[in-house]
Amino acid sequence: MPELGLVAFDGPNDPEPSLEIADGRVVAIDGRPEAEFDAIDWFIARYGIDVHVAREAAELDDPEVARRLVDVDVPRDELVRLSRGLTPARLTRVVSLLDPVEMMFALKKLRARRAPANQAHVTNLKENPALLAADAAEAAARGFAEIETTVGVSRYAPLNAIAILVGSQTGRPGVLTQCAVEERRNLQLAIQGLVTYAETLSVYGTEPVFVDGDDTPWSKAFLASAYASRGVKVRFTSGGGSEALMGQAQGYSTLYLEARCLATIRAAGSQGVQNGSISCVALVLSLPGGVREILAENLLAAWLDLEVASGNDAIASHSEIRKTAKLMGQFLPGTDFVTSGYSVMPRYDNMFGGGNYDADDIEEWLTVQRDWQVDAGIEPVAEDELVRVRERAARAIQAVFDELGFPPVTEEEVEAATHGYDSRDLPDRDRAADVAAADRVFDECISGIDVARALDRHGFGEVAEAVLAMQRLKISADYLQTSAIVGADGAVHAAVNDPNRYSGPGTGYRLEGERWELLQSLPHVLDPAALDAAREAEGETEEPHEKVRELHVASIGNRSDEVVVAVGPAFADGLRATINGLRHGDVLRAITDGIREGGANARVVRVRRISDVAFIGHDGALLSGSGVAVGIQSKGTAVIHRADLQPLDNLELFGMSPLYTLDSYRAIGRNAAGYATGRAVGPVPTMMDNFARAKLIVRTTLLHARETAAIVPGAPPVELELG
Amino acid sequence: MSFDPSSDYPLGSRRPDLVRTPAGVPLEGVTLSAVRQGLIDAGDVRATAETLRRQAAVALASGRAQLSANLERAAELTAIPPDTILEIYTALRPHRSTAAELEEWARRLEDEHGAPQAAAFVLEARAAYAERGLLAAVERARV
Repeated sequence: MPELGLVAFDGPNDPEPSLEIADGRVVAIDGRPEAEFDAIDWFIARYGIDVHVAREAAELDDPEVARRLVDVDVPRDELVRLSRGLTPARLTRVVSLLDPVEMMFALKKLRARRAPANQAHVTNLKENPALLAADAAEAAARGFAEIETTVGVSRYAPLNAIAILVGSQTGRPGVLTQCAVEERRNLQLAIQGLVTYAETLSVYGTEPVFVDGDDTPWSKAFLASAYASRGVKVRFTSGGGSEALMGQAQGYSTLYLEARCLATIRAAGSQGVQNGSISCVALVLSLPGGVREILAENLLAAWLDLEVASGNDAIASHSEIRKTAKLMGQFLPGTDFVTSGYSVMPRYDNMFGGGNYDADDIEEWLTVQRDWQVDAGIEPVAEDELVRVRERAARAIQAVFDELGFPPVTEEEVEAATHGYDSRDLPDRDRAADVAAADRVFDECISGIDVARALDRHGFGEVAEAVLAMQRLKISADYLQTSAIVGADGAVHAAVNDPNRYSGPGTGYRLEGERWELLQSLPHVLDPAALDAAREAEGETEEPHEKVRELHVASIGNRSDEVVVAVGPAFADGLRATINGLRHGDVLRAITDGIREGGANARVVRVRRISDVAFIGHDGALLSGSGVAVGIQSKGTAVIHRADLQPLDNLELFGMSPLYTLDSYRAIGRNAAGYATGRAVGPVPTMMDNFARAKLIVRTTLLHARETAAIVPGAPPVELELG
Repeated sequence: MSFDPSSDYPLGSRRPDLVRTPAGVPLEGVTLSAVRQGLIDAGDVRATAETLRRQAAVALASGRAQLSANLERAAELTAIPPDTILEIYTALRPHRSTAAELEEWARRLEDEHGAPQAAAFVLEARAAYAERGLLAAVERARV
């Protein structure tokens, strides 16, 4: 239903791009003359268009501009300059010409800050300060550059702001924090030094929705200046789908309306934006091309030189596959903040209606970073270190509450906040007393300085220093520049001093060196050496391992009822058990027992020249009096072979070694005997687990490497005797 | 040494000599020991108008004209109490003010607060609101 705005690209009312300038003034935008301007057109015309660049841009056609977006030889600065002369409809037209991979490439090129980062959400349903502090500390320790909280009950705002300020600075100094509440409270929190940034300034693409939101471009821009006047970093919020959801999309496409929002946001002088559909993401995902449209929104924002916090916070879909496929649009190119709120705590406690990705997904996120060698802003941290910072943060907020005379944070709360899973593990607090304390923060103007002093007095000197450093940020105001984040050493990294200068392979931000070492050292990754050693130990712990004795070079057998069992170079020697943990001695006994049960005689040899199961089996068959052999590798993979077959052919192949028991090997022996004695045999039933390969491929590789290392080139098979 | 907006950013690390609190405390003077001695007042932990104008110059030098204008307005607002700022914000919300009320805010910004750019911004809003029917309905009743 395009007339309702339920269309990603090319809405029925999307205007033809146009721009008219007279006497240095914009007098028509996208087909609308000045007299018909709505408040948004007016604002963009007055503050958002560079008329000199506009004349230059008019000379270029849309495909040429689109081509420049993906041309590595056209620098970011040049593209940003060009964007200053383009109208919302023109911006929409140009990015619509790009396919998803081109958009990702352009986004990578146009990100403002050199390195991507990420933002965390920290909330809990009980608004428990110890848990807020512990979760904020974990988020900070994990490398999030910003942490956002909010409230269930608005009067809690000052306490929640203090809890994440203290927690974040315990986890890592320099993390910026915000508390998303109504603007008056938010500004007051900022003035008192309890938060350092705000991203609550919402913008909409049609005038009626803007007015329903009780704002105009002027009121929002004025508010942005007000925050800046108090030394607070600000980013605006917009996102496709909001106008349709609020019933006033006026038949425009999602992307065109977002282009109007972004042009307004830049005109207002914001350094950045949180966009990419945000809370309406599920609505846009219901549209054809919706995921591509959201990526186009992020791209447009970056092109307009705005810091981009690229959504991925609200739940996009019930489908993990669709959700993560969508994420890749921002994750691979890297945005200034890959999510505008990663739920560091379990989804249950996320009060933003968010939790697209939550605490339980962090290992997966880290693994995807490791898979792609891409930095999406989350760092692995060892479990004991997490426990340490969580407890330290819970104790720090306990001290602050004590010093300020707030309702005490108990030992039980500290313990539960440190080790608990979610707020259900925390005891209930006296909520009436807590909100009364929160009111005191405003009434008595309790400030960031007071928080630092309280920490200092209670032996949290390093946290006090970090909280004070956040206060100093407001004095220099360096972090008001585009895309600014703050390192643990207090250094500001912004687009001004640390810009993205990507210009082709080998340039720009690349995940390598120490950072790559860090991001691949995941707590859940096993060291291959340890894996190998563990398996070896397993084989050795129970009883002394059964030795096989090598007798002499094997000769060709002459008994027609003979079945040779040919084992690999490391079998029952360098290696002692199969991948399923069966000891080699037991496996050999099971096979030879099976052969005898089947009415044949067994002779055991070791093939030394090769580790491939087909050749082990075939070499065995060439020695066998009946021409039939069982070949088996140390990891347990087996084959029944016959001398007249090509080596890579076989009678039966048993490739699912992780599934086999001793009974399986006995059945293999029986069947081999059947082939040798000319009895009709039904193949051993096939077993199958298609995940075994994915699960055990590393272990398989290690075992096979050991087998291969035991090869003696050109050595003839030797006859074995079971110990 | 004079200030160079294209090379003196970040001010906090490159030009700490230029950064002071409104009470004149240098940046490096804002320490824990100063807090212990009660030398730092919470209301004093903020940027001065001068610092914000330097940040506006940095933004302009890096090609960000609108961010620069925003920071210039912010510099003007540093001297205005928060309650007044929030009053002006509310006055700029849709259907809150008559044209005369917005003109009065512009006049006060210019005359009482030395904020000509913020004043011009409010006057532009007045013009746009009049065209778009975003002024307070009471104006019609009053006429």
